[in-house]
Amino acid sequence: METTELTVNGKNHRLEADSRVTLLDALRNHLGLTGTKKGCDHGQCGACTVLVDGRRINSCLTLACMHDGDDITTIEGLGEPGNLSDLQAAFVAHDGFQCGYCTPGQICSATAMIEEARAGWPSFVSDDLEGPDGLSDEEISERMSGNLCRCAAYPNIVSAIRQVAGGRS
Amino acid sequence: MKPFAYARAGDRADATARAAADATFIAGGTNLLDLMKLEVMAPEKLVDISRLDLAEITEAEDGGLRIGALVTNSDCAADARVRRDYPLLSRAILAGASAQLRNKATTGGNLCQRTRCYYFYDTAMPCNKRAPGSGCQALQGFNRIHAILGASDACIATYPGDMAVAMVALDAEVEIEGADGKCRLVPVRDFHRLPGDQPERDNILDAGDLITAVILPPPVAGRQIYRKVRDRASYAFALCSMAALVEMDGGTIASAALAFGGLAHKPWRDGEMEALLIGQKPSADLFGRAADRLLADARGHGSNDFKIPLTRRVLISVLGEATNTGGAA
Repeated sequence: METTELTVNGKNHRLEADSRVTLLDALRNHLGLTGTKKGCDHGQCGACTVLVDGRRINSCLTLACMHDGDDITTIEGLGEPGNLSDLQAAFVAHDGFQCGYCTPGQICSATAMIEEARAGWPSFVSDDLEGPDGLSDEEISERMSGNLCRCAAYPNIVSAIRQVAGGRS
Repeated sequence: MKPFAYARAGDRADATARAAADATFIAGGTNLLDLMKLEVMAPEKLVDISRLDLAEITEAEDGGLRIGALVTNSDCAADARVRRDYPLLSRAILAGASAQLRNKATTGGNLCQRTRCYYFYDTAMPCNKRAPGSGCQALQGFNRIHAILGASDACIATYPGDMAVAMVALDAEVEIEGADGKCRLVPVRDFHRLPGDQPERDNILDAGDLITAVILPPPVAGRQIYRKVRDRASYAFALCSMAALVEMDGGTIASAALAFGGLAHKPWRDGEMEALLIGQKPSADLFGRAADRLLADARGHGSNDFKIPLTRRVLISVLGEATNTGGAA
């Protein structure tokens, strides 16, 4: 068993768990935060995306015991009913989901993606690596390619993100 | 996942000593944990090196860059110096995986990522890489993603990455610290192996060896291009990729460093092909002869036969772009 101190959505937790427990399983099964979803469990679908120290990662592909002292934000930490984050509200307004299973991962991913773009990080489709030119729909799609939606709500997901990012279409 | 003992390395010496005693390094973990869940890999001991002091990019005295082994793919691709002087490397990294994976995957770990051969991943199947001596199912099976260059009768797996392909074209070196504390430098182009009769060995690392950095030589003039051909527009491995660093002198090719991904058990460079281009005026005939040389020993295995003409077209197209003679192809 490993002892791990985690800060999740601003609250401190002391986790006692087997070394094999992933961050995803720790959040869902040990801390009861079931907003983060298990899709493929192999880093291919993005449903488990959370923010660790502000950066988006696949929580299924990392061990909880490797995150001692880390600051983790899940979908529950971004907003709640009655107090939605801008992206959460935009996904509702733009109908950016159908079954909703991928949505927590999409929103966590997009939250960090907008910050990456603001920091000037380029993407594979950026013409100019040194001065990426805003979030076009092509940029949003490329930067969100780690989040699959089997309902294929992609056009509305892009619309929701575009509204919050203030990008051009 | 099989049970394992977890330990966090206190320092580099602690890490290499544990690895010399059969522990497996874990840093980003994005490839290793995937393989452990499938029990393709089942290390009994993991040593966590993710907090070692190897996450900086620093300027080398000769004007190059030293990329610490724990620099994430995201940080490397976004580094202002890498973007300005080694755009090929930024582009190659950004062509791989997803943003979430690049945030975890490290420079050293990415070099060590393992093949995506379907049979390597399927523990019900024979595979000489996973279970030496059991056979290779890919030779007669589904081999669309497999090697056309440098393969053996024991293994036709490919090295799947993008970052290392750019590093090979850039003549980068891997800095390795052994369990004896001694450091050595190995060109990235010599880091990965061909499978031969030991496909279980992906690279030249010995037990206890820790990658500490990748060293980029001082920036050189010329066009830098990374082209990747894959089954979907994003988040897919290369069927064929090409890293090109080409400098023109007037109307002739002054230098050409060309590396290919998705074709072999290692990023592929062909010095004879490069020599054939140097000092020559770009033309369709020249590019065709370069492709003939590159693919002279290429061999398909059925489903991957298409990679031979595909690679020819990628080479001709990229050379056209790099020499501003796009029409020549």
